[in-house]
This record gives sequence, C-alpha cells and structure tokens, in this order.
Amino acid sequence: MLKALEGSQAIARAVALCRPDVVAAYPITPQTHIVENLSRLVADGEMHTEFVSVESEFSAASVVLGAAAAGSRAYTATASQGVLLMAEVLFNIAGMRIPLVMTVANRAVSAPLSIWNDHSDSMAVRDSGWIQLHAADNQEAVDTTIQAFRIAQETELPVMVCMDGFILTHTLEPIELPAQSAVDGWLPPYQFSRKLDPGDPKSLGTLVAPDFFAEVRHSHHAAMIKALDVIEEIDREWHAFTGRRCGGLLEVTGDPDAKIGILAMGSTFGTIETGMEHAGPDTGSARLLKLRAYRPFPAEALRKAAEGLDHLIVIDRAISPGMGGIVGTEVAAVLADVPGAPRIHNHALGLGGRDIPETIYADLMATISDPDAPAFSVFDADPEKLDPEDR
Amino acid sequence: MSAESERAERLTELRQKFGRKPLAPGEETIPHSPREAQPKFRGLDSGHRACQGCGEALAARLVMESAGPDVMIANATGCLEVFTTPWPQSAWRVPWVHSLFENAAAVASGMEAAMKAQGKNTKVLAFGGDGGTYDIGFQALSGMLERYHNVLYVCYDNEAYMNTGIQRSSSTPHSATTTTSPAGKERMGKRHLKKDLLSIIAAHHIPYAASASVAFPADLQRKVRYAMGIDGPTFLVIHSPCPLGWKHASALTIQVARRAVECGLFPLVEIERGALTNVMPIRDVRPVTDYLSIQGRFSHLMDTEDTRAEEERAHLQALADYNIQVFSLQGDGEDPVDTGGSAAVGRSGHAARRA
Repeated sequence: MLKALEGSQAIARAVALCRPDVVAAYPITPQTHIVENLSRLVADGEMHTEFVSVESEFSAASVVLGAAAAGSRAYTATASQGVLLMAEVLFNIAGMRIPLVMTVANRAVSAPLSIWNDHSDSMAVRDSGWIQLHAADNQEAVDTTIQAFRIAQETELPVMVCMDGFILTHTLEPIELPAQSAVDGWLPPYQFSRKLDPGDPKSLGTLVAPDFFAEVRHSHHAAMIKALDVIEEIDREWHAFTGRRCGGLLEVTGDPDAKIGILAMGSTFGTIETGMEHAGPDTGSARLLKLRAYRPFPAEALRKAAEGLDHLIVIDRAISPGMGGIVGTEVAAVLADVPGAPRIHNHALGLGGRDIPETIYADLMATISDPDAPAFSVFDADPEKLDPEDR
Repeated sequence: MSAESERAERLTELRQKFGRKPLAPGEETIPHSPREAQPKFRGLDSGHRACQGCGEALAARLVMESAGPDVMIANATGCLEVFTTPWPQSAWRVPWVHSLFENAAAVASGMEAAMKAQGKNTKVLAFGGDGGTYDIGFQALSGMLERYHNVLYVCYDNEAYMNTGIQRSSSTPHSATTTTSPAGKERMGKRHLKKDLLSIIAAHHIPYAASASVAFPADLQRKVRYAMGIDGPTFLVIHSPCPLGWKHASALTIQVARRAVECGLFPLVEIERGALTNVMPIRDVRPVTDYLSIQGRFSHLMDTEDTRAEEERAHLQALADYNIQVFSLQGDGEDPVDTGGSAAVGRSGHAARRA
C-alpha cells in the first residue's frame, strides 16, 4: 500500500523492517529526521533494537563496528561533517571487511558552512573501501536500504546508501513499504564469518607487516569487483520479489538513439529526466545514464551504455579543487581506451544546495554546440558575484 | 653444558646482579603446592613480543587470569595491541578486536550492545594505554561511562606514548623526561601535572573505579574480580612500568612499581559511585627520591648541584604528601590485618571485605 512518507521517515521504517540489533547515531542535519524516527519506533516498541545515542559520529561508527563484529546486525546514519569525523573508522570498517549499512544524507562540507545538499561528503571517503550506492528518489532509497543489508552480508563489505540531503530526506513522496513478513523472508538473519565468539576466539584487526599488506588490499579490491555482480543480482531478485527495481549498477533511459548522453547520480537524475520531458522540440533528446553504484565502479556497464554516443555530459555534485569533476574524471578514464568514445563534458552542479532547475537540461544540451565550452566548469556559478580577480 | 645447568647458572648470575641470595641447592625444584599447580586460565598466552620486564604485558596477563574465558576485548592501538598480534600470530585466547587508537571504549560499547541484543552474558573488556585513555580516547570513554555500558575498561598506564617511542602524554608525571618533554637548559622535563584521571572517571558516578599496580598482583586481581561482578561500567587504571621508557633495568619493574605506591605518588584506591571506599595503606612511607633515583627518566632531578632539581624533587614530594593526606594512606604501624600490600586494607584498618 502506498503511503505518503517523508524520505527520512521512510528510511527509518525500511531500516526497522531489516531488524537491526544495534543502531548507533549522532544527530546532524539533514540526517536528523532518520535517527529521530528510529528513536520514536524504538520508544513505541515497534522496533526492538539497542539504540545507542553516542557522543559523536566517531563513536557512532565505532559502536556499529563493535556490534557487527560481535555478531549483530547494525546500522548508522550521518552526513557531511559527520562523515568526515567518521572517516578514520570508515576506512577501518572496510579494511576489516565488516558488513554494515549506513545512510549518508548527502550534504556539503564546511567551510564555508553549508547544511545543504551536494556529494562532497561521500566523495571524501570514496577510497575507504565501502560500497556506495546512490538513490535517485525515496522509493529507491527505501528499496536500496533493504537491499544493502543483503549486499553487505553476502559480500562482507560495508554499504553506504547515499541519498540527497533535504531533496530526498525532507520530501514527502508516496512510498511502498514492504510487509515485515516479506522482508523477513527475503533478508536472512545476520551472520558474519569472523564474528567475536568466546567459543571460537579470533583476533580481529591485527598488525599486518609489509609482507601481507598488499595482499589484503588486493583481496579487498577483488571483493569490490565481485560485488558488482552481487549488487546487480540482488536488485534483480528484488524486482522479482516486489516488482520494483533500482537500476542495478547503471540504468539507461531516455532516447536510446541519441548521440548525446547525460550521466548523473542521485536526485539530479530525476530533474534531468523531467527537464528533457518538458524541454522544447529544438533542444533535442538525450540518452540518460543513472549511475547507481559509484563504488564499485561499473566500468563495463558504462562502456556499454556509452556505445554510439558522440558526447557525454557528466554531472558532478562535488569538486576536486585543482582537478575538476570527480565522476567526470573517472568516466573519462573508463572510456579512454574505447575506440570512438564520446567526448566528455564535465560540469559540477548544485554545489552546497544551489537549486538545479529543470531548465538545466536545455542549458547543458546547449554547451555541446559551443566550441568554446570548457571541458570542466562549475556550471551554475555566477562570475558576477565574484571580485574580478576571482572570476 | 646442559640447558638445565645453563639456566641455573644464568639464574644465579641474575640473582647476584640484583642483590638476591643465591639459591640453595634443590631450591628451584621445590614442587608447587596443589593450589599453585592448578592451571590458571591464560587469556593472554606466552610467546608475544613484549620487551623484557614489560609491566603492561604482566598486568594484562593478570587481568586475563581473573577475567576468565567468557569475555571479549576491544583493544586500543598501542604496545599491547602490537606486541600481541603480529599477523598471522596472536597471543590472545579470547575473542579480541583492535580497531583504532581512540575508539576502544566505543567499540566495546557496540560489542556490549550486541551482547545485550543477543541475550548473552559475555563480559566486554576494553583495553587501552594511557595515551589511548587519558588523551585521544578520553571522549569515547566518557561517553561509554555516561551511557552505562556493562564494560570493564582497563587502562595500562605506563605514563607516556611508548609505542611511538616515549612521547609525553597527559599521564606523564611532572618533570619526567620523554622525547617530547626532554630536560635541557631551559626545561626540567614535563612542565605539567599528571592528569587526575581517576577523579574525572569517578565524577561519572559509575559503580566502581580503582587504581592498581603490577607490584601488587593479588590486589590487582581482586579488583578485576570485583569489577567483573558488576553489571555496569567499571574502570581500572594499572600502573605498569615500561623499562625502556622509564629507563630502568628490566628486572626492576616490580620494584619500581612498588616504590611508586610506597612513596605515595601512585595511590591504590577504590571509588564506588563517586565515593572513596578503600585504599591500600602504606606501612612505611618512602621518600619520593627512592622512586625517582632508580629511573633514568628522572635522572636530571638527581643533580645535587642544580637548585632547579631540588625544587622539582620538593614539588614531587609535595604531590606525594598530598596523596597520602587526602587518601589517608599512612598505615598505623603494626596492623594484624595488614597484609603488606598483598591485598588492600580498608581505611579503618579492616581487611578488604571482598574476596
């Protein structure tokens, strides 16, 4: 049954359906509504979990690490500065290959202080070794959250479910929540092969000398590559089970014959889709690429999706100062050795919550015919607001 | 020469070196009493790579003997973590996890929450050095205590960052030298006081917080057993000499630790719900110089020509005198129940009421 739910409320309910034994979290905008809703479910007896209200995000990540290592399903959520404060623990969780699920309500990173949406936070921990999945709308965020618990368990890798702060977390949408019995049937009880158990004592997180460290990283990378199939398969299974899918690794929509493609992650994708629908006939149509799995990066799927394109516009919601777009750089790297690969046009959009209007579609399409358009730009920055020397 | 006679010779040599009487013939073959012969649970086994005379390794072994097998440990980064688990080896016979330097208390909180959720009674222990406890892990520890997790946190206090090569921590005593608080023309070692962590811990009004010393193993183990029986947060700080960092001979670890207690600089106390409930009395109080003079980290204080050294010695003596006064550490001479430090004695002179 469809219910009108705020994104955060829907996520809290989806998490509750997965029956985590331990939830630890620290409040930060725009994640707060998720943990408030979880606390409410616990207080009302609708969710039986050890809710640990920690004194920092650093401890939130550490608590769920300990809980998952001790054999309990665990969950946390954060955003922005919280992701950065957790950073050391996030690398540690991934290096120890501990299956955990975390929601990141994507938000810009200070300074300057901004509570609004972009992807700088999850990008900052891109190389931590977590799986990163981006949700384009709240239904996808709900479905991806439930899928994430299965993915984490099957791959023994932690999974970050990224959803755009405010744009998704604070928006009411009609949401289909599966029944508890359905989730119970689909998601097996938590297990962790190296769990802490006095009956079978193991040492986790030991010191590793140079003679083994490279092998640890090699196997982590291999596990991430293997996870590509798992992410796809679980989304297929979910589709068979619920009739809904989230787009596997990378979903292609729009005009399949178009020579221009646009690639986006998260809620921007919906804006582009609608923008294309509403654009005038002169603007032209595009092939739309929704990148759902950012880590592991679906290189094969991207190469296939880009076949036949002359131009590919890559939208970044973060910036690597001194280099440019992050997704754009990676897309260019993946397509570099493809004969006849499309020309990459990389633009950062909507940084720090700058609104992305539907008309952005036409504006982006117009750059293709502009010979002077730069290979990378902060597309919606207004130079007029800056001192002349900063333009 | 047989291995046995080689060992006997080495033992005699060591006894001589440290001023002990040579063994009487046959003395080392005296059979153990049945109680001593009973195998103890060894949660931390031999074969690890601690330095000779490491106080922390000894303390951890004693803690594990008393804690027993139904435990799991969250260990902060530090010497203890490094010397016990060079992969693929591990000296631990209980489930053990090391995550980071500053989060042992938070990881332990999560493990305890998991045990609660699973309906298990396995006790969670958290281990950290003074760097991981007094300094970088302080916030996580405070959070763990405030949230009332059923965790025994043990701080192995060797009064500096030993794992990185002897840098000052907030636990380093006043005027001790470390590589980041060296003594020189302008400095007399560390300029600040040792943080009074136990008082801060006690201010959380947790059920039990205590100090112990490797020089008093029976007292240490009694405190561990008592903490293990409490369903709530408990804290133990164990004075654990580091021969390398304190610059004393490896064989002197126990003597150094004992003198720290006997001079009053490291008082052994027990605090329950914020109130002092027990102290170990000092039968014969020593001057602090007895403690300082056998450690290289205080050697700059032994210069009798230097007035600054004299001032610092007086300062440390005043700190010890203060402890003796506020904790009423001074014993009353002969006391029928005074066990000479093998167990704590109540302030009123009664033997500790707990086994």
